[in-house]
Amino acid sequence: MEEREEQFVDFAVTARKYKTRLTAKYKQRKPWVSPSAYEIQSFIPGTVIKIFVQEGQIVKEGEPLLILEAMKMQNRIDMPFTAKIKRIEIAEGERVAKDTLMIELENITVE
Amino acid sequence: MSTKKNIVALRQKKAIVEMGGGEKAIEKQLAMGKLPARERILALLDNKSFHEYDLFVEHEERNFGMDQKKLAGDGVITGTGTINGKPVCIYAQDFTVMGGSLGLKHARKITKIMDHALKMKIPCIGINDSGGARIQEGIGALAGYGEIFYRNTMASGVIPQISVILGPCAGGAVYSPALTDFVFVVENISKMFITGPNVIETVLGEKISQEDLGGARIHAEITGNAHFYALSEQECFKQIKDLLALLPQNNEEAAKTVTPKEPKTRKNIEDIIPASPKQPYDVRDVIKSLVDESHFMEVHELWAANIVVGFGRMGGETVGFVANQPLYLAGVLDCDASDKAARFIRFCDSFNIPIITLEDMPGYLPGVDQEHAGVIRHGAKVLYAYSEATVPKITIILRKAYGGGYIAMNSRHLGADFVFAWPSAEIAVMGPEGAANIIFKKEIEEAEDKDAMREIKVQEYIDKFANPYVAASKGFIDAVIEPGETRGVLLHSLSMSKKKHDYRPAKKHGIPPF
Repeated sequence: MEEREEQFVDFAVTARKYKTRLTAKYKQRKPWVSPSAYEIQSFIPGTVIKIFVQEGQIVKEGEPLLILEAMKMQNRIDMPFTAKIKRIEIAEGERVAKDTLMIELENITVE
Repeated sequence: MSTKKNIVALRQKKAIVEMGGGEKAIEKQLAMGKLPARERILALLDNKSFHEYDLFVEHEERNFGMDQKKLAGDGVITGTGTINGKPVCIYAQDFTVMGGSLGLKHARKITKIMDHALKMKIPCIGINDSGGARIQEGIGALAGYGEIFYRNTMASGVIPQISVILGPCAGGAVYSPALTDFVFVVENISKMFITGPNVIETVLGEKISQEDLGGARIHAEITGNAHFYALSEQECFKQIKDLLALLPQNNEEAAKTVTPKEPKTRKNIEDIIPASPKQPYDVRDVIKSLVDESHFMEVHELWAANIVVGFGRMGGETVGFVANQPLYLAGVLDCDASDKAARFIRFCDSFNIPIITLEDMPGYLPGVDQEHAGVIRHGAKVLYAYSEATVPKITIILRKAYGGGYIAMNSRHLGADFVFAWPSAEIAVMGPEGAANIIFKKEIEEAEDKDAMREIKVQEYIDKFANPYVAASKGFIDAVIEPGETRGVLLHSLSMSKKKHDYRPAKKHGIPPF
């Protein structure tokens, strides 16, 4: 009987905890992370064809950052707002999975 | 004399085609642990019942040297036969013939037998074992797939359609099984995916095996694409026979009635459920203590285990069960459980199978992942499926029936014909702790000992509302019954519902939240 008890975990549904088992899929779920505006992530898996910017460079809103080729389409990723390129995490020719951090931005005070 | 010669010639011709891709290819098939296509059909059908058609069909492709290639039966075997003595249409792709690849003639053999199944109103079984589209035939192969999908859709809800994945089933080919009612997979043999490991590695650089990407276990447990999982082809064929025994031949008939038998389990039904609503138990034990011979055929056993669906017999007639499963995730409804239940309810409704709902659930699964995965539209499918169904619908509330879950699980308000509750039922707007925290917020906050006050108020709520009698006083449930009376009550309700006729407004079709 005690062995049976051990298979169960506490599982909170609203204000009450239940003894139950977890499913394989439930265990696989990814915790949610609040997205940051300063992180340019790949919206689709693909290959980085070209990078137009360099670390430290200030890039204006709407200017191209890179080309991400995916599903036989070349997607141009543009700067979402004027900011500084803090770090570039990818290289030309690199394959990236979905939601990979490609470029990190840094806020600049606009005079 | 000449007739005899003709007969000998026919036999020779047949023998050649029946060898499929030849001895070497058959050896390879066996080495992969797979039965040859014809043997699969013979293993599944009743002895000596198989009749084959279109044995001599040939492809007409002239490009890429295909004009020099003879493909036995164009890579697929089609015919009719019986299972449990009842007629079925069947096809099996032959992997030994050019990898079971699908060309236009191959597809037309399949669509021909599907058309036959729909006209004759008998189940159609497809055994899939194919490398995919025959690339040499180009769009001819695509046309073939499309014509199969169209027929899958036309036959949906008219005849039971069964897909058996006994080899690769990749790319466009996966959508025929996905459109059918029940998909069977076998460990180490079944492989299903839209884009295979090679493409994924080329595009993403991610290495994954076929088994990890789309093997039998993945589809049975994670994706829910497969309804039945077996460890061998033989076990799989037995599952198919068992399932078909429980189903009607088409939507105009009822499933075959057998001699009613009492449940086998000796376990006292009221001893299955723990006294504390927080403790789990296996709801399948409750089902087994209700159904004839305690025989319950579970569908989607591994996927979304927090809800249990499947078939059994009550008084010799097939019924469908939908039951919250406190053993997994406390029996909550989530996206997958909603999809699983809704689809099963719609199958039962299409094929004249009464639905018995066993309810014990604390609500919907909380979490960002669930909300973002669309638990609203997924959950809505359950409401839609229950409301839409016109077959007899009976609910037994075993323990918890809280909030949205109470409404969703075939409540009176969604058109249930009979709703019963055990004395252990708690039919309330939410769990007592949550409700007390809201209703008595002020009292709890103002108290010197907040925890003590909370405990008092929770108990107050439990005493007043965590029972079946509030719902009974409003007529939302028909009777509070003792657990031991459940089988008798169900048999009576079912016998009262035999001629049930429920009207729905005339429409082309509804628009369920797919």
